[in-house]
Amino acid sequence: MGKVVVVTSGKGGVGKTTSAAALGAALAQRKEKTVVVDFDVGLRNLDLVMGAERRVVYDLVNVIQGDAKLPQALIRDKRLDTLYLLPASQTRDKDNLTAQGVAQVIGALKRNFDWVICDSPAGIERGATLAMRHADIAVVVTNPEVSSVRDSDRIIGLIDAKTVKAERGESIDKHLLLTRYDPNRAERGDMLKVEDVLEILSIPLLGIVPESMDVLRASNLGTPVTLADSQSAPAQAYLQAARRLAGEDVPISVPGEKRSLLGKLFGWRAA
Amino acid sequence: MTKVLTDSRPIRLKGRSFLALVLSPELPLGSWLQQLDDLAERSAGFFLRRPIVLDVQGLEISRPELKELIDDLGKRNVRIIGIEGAKSSLLGFDMPPAMSGGKPAPDFEQPAEDAAVGTADEHHSEPAAPAGQPESQPVRPVPSLIIDQPVRSGQSVIFPEGDVTIVASVASGAEVVAGGSIHVYGTLRGRAMAGSMGNSSARIFCSKLEAELLAIDGLYKTAEDIEPQLRGRAVHLWLEGDSIMTNTLN
Repeated sequence: MGKVVVVTSGKGGVGKTTSAAALGAALAQRKEKTVVVDFDVGLRNLDLVMGAERRVVYDLVNVIQGDAKLPQALIRDKRLDTLYLLPASQTRDKDNLTAQGVAQVIGALKRNFDWVICDSPAGIERGATLAMRHADIAVVVTNPEVSSVRDSDRIIGLIDAKTVKAERGESIDKHLLLTRYDPNRAERGDMLKVEDVLEILSIPLLGIVPESMDVLRASNLGTPVTLADSQSAPAQAYLQAARRLAGEDVPISVPGEKRSLLGKLFGWRAA
Repeated sequence: MTKVLTDSRPIRLKGRSFLALVLSPELPLGSWLQQLDDLAERSAGFFLRRPIVLDVQGLEISRPELKELIDDLGKRNVRIIGIEGAKSSLLGFDMPPAMSGGKPAPDFEQPAEDAAVGTADEHHSEPAAPAGQPESQPVRPVPSLIIDQPVRSGQSVIFPEGDVTIVASVASGAEVVAGGSIHVYGTLRGRAMAGSMGNSSARIFCSKLEAELLAIDGLYKTAEDIEPQLRGRAVHLWLEGDSIMTNTLN
């Protein structure tokens, strides 16, 4: 059985879709069979970021409503044969997602893939709660600024209350992915410090992705950043985050800081 | 002309609990009402001016029947202030409000019981012997709630029964409401309301104060009113008269 990962944040524009695509591609690059599912029905973007927008025939809503079989809706990536996309519908709205339908689709995907990455829509309504519903692991994408941190805190509370695992009394693994981190702004002090974000959210850190033109360029090309240029700083950050997600112990480095943070890392992990 | 506020004191909103007599009607209602009449006859004015709550838990009764029962009780000078254990569909908008969360209290003295056992003409002036009540009410210690997880934005911890201790942080946008004191062994960024049931001796303690709002016994301070030198410090807050006193702990 594969693992279900929800990529969520509460706030919009923090990098959920970019992160879902990059982590999905990074896991697939490890030769693990991965599917990325777009839950943002009505405002889909994942197909663009993954460069599959011209190949969408059927989508998640079609599968849930029984108009298409799951294999018909899955799109295999042209660059990586272990990477698949299940697109969202652009013409429907989120009311077309039913709890039962989502449960069946996720159940079927878990049986066939090593990783099921659910790209959650922004907000705390139906789309977001259904995306997190069956997750084993949650990746909470946060920018180092107060509104994003507070929304992430709200989402963590919902993950601990509304997921199937939480309702069964089990705990769900939650990881913080700090994105759009700007070393220059951090140095000037006009951005929340990594320590502050970790102190407020008190969940373990999965990685710090620097703000970079490489991310924008990769999105415009329709290529997950980890595939576009695997040597770029954000690609390295995502590749390392994927290794940590898979259970490897990889030290975390803060972009722009020369010295190793191995010493600090322990304190953070314990947070 | 702008209105000049002469009194800047905020309105105090408090909760308070009162003891009410609870009546649990039984079917058929006709004979139950007759028993009630018997009781009222033996001790005139028993129900007079007493707040009565009607407990209809498990009672198979329709809405018109309930309405009729309330009217019948009204005719007997039994004034219903609330209804416990009723489905919302059973309650009309012209009926007393639904009540919940009632806690057992020492039984009311029942004058009818003794009168029925003794001779009917003899009037007992002393109250029924307490020895006649075999089951004693369970004495509960002052309850307290301990939470060792962060209280996240959007979450509320509401504990009117007593003290709340949080061995983690309270996030911005979260709230803690306690009947007693609040202790936060972490950063308090959200709202803390102590003594919410009208307890002016309740206090708030936190190891790092970044709160959005602090209240004790209905008196509150918003983030703007909190002295800047207290921010980020370990702080202790209590009430003296109508003002919130503060002190740093280290």
